[in-house]
Amino acid sequence: MTSVPETPKGAASLDALTRYALAATLVALCLFFAIATEDHVFVEPGNLINIANQSAINTIIAVGMTLVIVTGGIDLGVGSIVALAGVLCAGVMVGGLGCIVGKYRIELIPRIDGPMVAVIGLAAAGVVGVVAGLVNAASIVRFRITPFIATLAMMLMGRGAASLYSVSPIRSLPEPFIWIGQSGRLAGVPIPVYIAAVVAGVGWVVLARSTLGRHVYAVGGNEEAARLSGIPVGRIKTLVYAGCGLCAALAGAVLASQLGAGDCKVGQGFELDAIAAAVLGGTSLMGGRGTIVGTVLGALIIGVLDNGLTILGVSSFTQMILKGLVILGAVILDQLREKR
Amino acid sequence: MDAPAPVLQMRAISKRFPGVQALDAVDLAVSSGEVLALVGENGAGKSTLIKILAGADRADAGEIVVAGRPVRIESPKDAMALGIRVIYQEFNLVPQLSVMENIFLGREPAKLGLVDFHRMESDCAALLERVGADCSPRDLVLRLSVAQQQLVEIAKALSQDARILVLDEPSATLTERELDRLFALIRDLREHGVAMVYISHRLDEVFEIADRVTVLRDGKHAATASTSELTRDDIIRHMVGRELSDYIPSTVSRASEEVLRLEGLTCHERFRDVNLVVRAGEIVALAGLVGSGRTEVARAVFGADRVDAGRVIIAGQEARIRSPRGAIALGIGLATEDRKAQGLVLGLGVSANITLADLRAIARHGFIRQKAEAAAAGRFVDQLRIRTPSLRQQARLLSGGNQQKVVLAKWLFTECRMLILDEPTRGIDVGAKNEIYQLMNELCSQGRAILMISSELPEVLGVAHRIYVMREGEIAGELTREEATQERIMHLATGGAAA
Repeated sequence: MTSVPETPKGAASLDALTRYALAATLVALCLFFAIATEDHVFVEPGNLINIANQSAINTIIAVGMTLVIVTGGIDLGVGSIVALAGVLCAGVMVGGLGCIVGKYRIELIPRIDGPMVAVIGLAAAGVVGVVAGLVNAASIVRFRITPFIATLAMMLMGRGAASLYSVSPIRSLPEPFIWIGQSGRLAGVPIPVYIAAVVAGVGWVVLARSTLGRHVYAVGGNEEAARLSGIPVGRIKTLVYAGCGLCAALAGAVLASQLGAGDCKVGQGFELDAIAAAVLGGTSLMGGRGTIVGTVLGALIIGVLDNGLTILGVSSFTQMILKGLVILGAVILDQLREKR
Repeated sequence: MDAPAPVLQMRAISKRFPGVQALDAVDLAVSSGEVLALVGENGAGKSTLIKILAGADRADAGEIVVAGRPVRIESPKDAMALGIRVIYQEFNLVPQLSVMENIFLGREPAKLGLVDFHRMESDCAALLERVGADCSPRDLVLRLSVAQQQLVEIAKALSQDARILVLDEPSATLTERELDRLFALIRDLREHGVAMVYISHRLDEVFEIADRVTVLRDGKHAATASTSELTRDDIIRHMVGRELSDYIPSTVSRASEEVLRLEGLTCHERFRDVNLVVRAGEIVALAGLVGSGRTEVARAVFGADRVDAGRVIIAGQEARIRSPRGAIALGIGLATEDRKAQGLVLGLGVSANITLADLRAIARHGFIRQKAEAAAAGRFVDQLRIRTPSLRQQARLLSGGNQQKVVLAKWLFTECRMLILDEPTRGIDVGAKNEIYQLMNELCSQGRAILMISSELPEVLGVAHRIYVMREGEIAGELTREEATQERIMHLATGGAAA
């Protein structure tokens, strides 16, 4: 009788290999910048914390994006959802629910003070994100529109709605909310870093350990086989797009807190950063393959490149070219690995 | 007989695929102005032979002679240059383009570097008239009926000076009137000296249109004769008669209570008024030719496709199955014909594929219990002797036989009481085949019901307790194992009276 080793070997260890390669790349980049920067400022604790903080927003979005891409989809609307969630979150806190539309103000619930206001702001953002995700899912599942087009429409509609809601930034946000993104520290580390860590943790558990995660891989790997295995494909996609919207909205709230304002112009191009992080982390745009660990490493590599190159005084245009080359290189390596 | 020298001769063509000798020294010859029918069971080697002729595949050995000169056909381009054109069942037309753009695709008449649409249209109209197609050159192909598209394909072939025309089951999707028109065209082309190879399962058509018949069996040349010298029975006798020795005789049926009953199941255009019964502890085969509606019936029972009328009764109770999910909940499993496209998630591991259809069994509060999964998957890997280096090995890296075992393990894991197996041993080596037959017998003796779709007659005869034969979307007959012979099944499948 053949007995089968339980330890992961073969294909599974290939995934591990990708992760080691990514981690090694990250360490090598850090070493390079540590040596290259004047007085080794790159590796000062303050700067490292700074990198983590700057990467938090992209990490939060990229976790949701990874789920979507593993199902074989894409979400181009996240940048607009960041903006829409940001202005609504700010508006609700400043003006109460219903709040300011242009110069009109309709108060459904009165504005409140104290720490609860931050909770209400975050809840408002969350609702916006989930609703946007459900709209995406409805287009994709019910009306069979390709994810690229459905979320491209959401990108436009979200940005438009955010601008309609408030063209000018909504400022003077309540103190407890500002604390999240600016003054708040736990053990010297800013709160957004913890939020990103929790989101990544939840994302990892869902994708790697839950039945939902397994179904996500199955739908992305072979939708027809998944359907013929009794997996509710539409429900899985709906959950994933709603989850991605929620992540984007949470990122929008955190960003509003960091900026001290809800601004309809933020978040442009965020979808591309999130996709870049996921792809850098080994997620296949064909679906069926990708991990949260890879995506987090991808987001950190992008963060380290941004930070280190800026310290070195490399112009932002050159930075773009370098980042583009890094993404191309990562995908080419990944494809070579797949062919083996 | 004073036959003219053949314009096409294929001599001693051999082709080997991994694990199977697809063609073994096959001869074929056809003259100008002659229609040769090429017949044989599914898997007899007709498609492979035609692919070699069309340059889509290469022979391992053998010689092709066109108009008396040995030629090398290494690509579709070579074949076209020799005037060989194949009209496949799946047309090679671009649906979004017009008829004339399709016909002149890649060789558009040009004037000063621009497409000369006027000339294209008039040339096209002449061709359409010649083949008797009632569509206009500017119609989009996607708006045409299947019969019209077929005529457009033939028109395209004629515009490229086809001297040797191969028609691969051209009648499969045609109505009677459309078929008459096609035959009229074939006779006209014959008058004009075109050599034609006509592939069909329908023996009536063979006698109506063909001058001679070549029969293939198991990749070998079985017979060639003029249609006037042959009877329908002769042809069937040449088609069947494969070796039965490889098949494990199934255990005695212990058929007990009914698990599945279909009453008047109908899906327009696919199958009509299908009645059948499968009992616990028996293996029932659904035999018939490819395209006779067997897979469609299976998919409908499984909730993958809609039905228009009729009842599905599971264990005595009428069931309304609207999705595969619903079918699985009722204890039905379907191992599809195309394992890679529909059965497996190739990028997932062996264990993930095995547990896919019933993840809840190894989950708690929505989380997968890793040890329970490994234990369950390991049990099936041992039981079915799935050869894999690890439980996490990606399904894509397994051999065909082991992939099929993973699919079967997936359904056994759901503890289904009824298993539908669509061509369960296609593309699998002999050793794994026998293991799968053995497993089917085991399942049967455990009291599960099995409905097996198979195009291989020896397999049907060797494994099944009862046999339904389908023809053109209808159940043509039911045979017990004792009554069944290859000839009788073939008669039912091709539309004659049971001998």
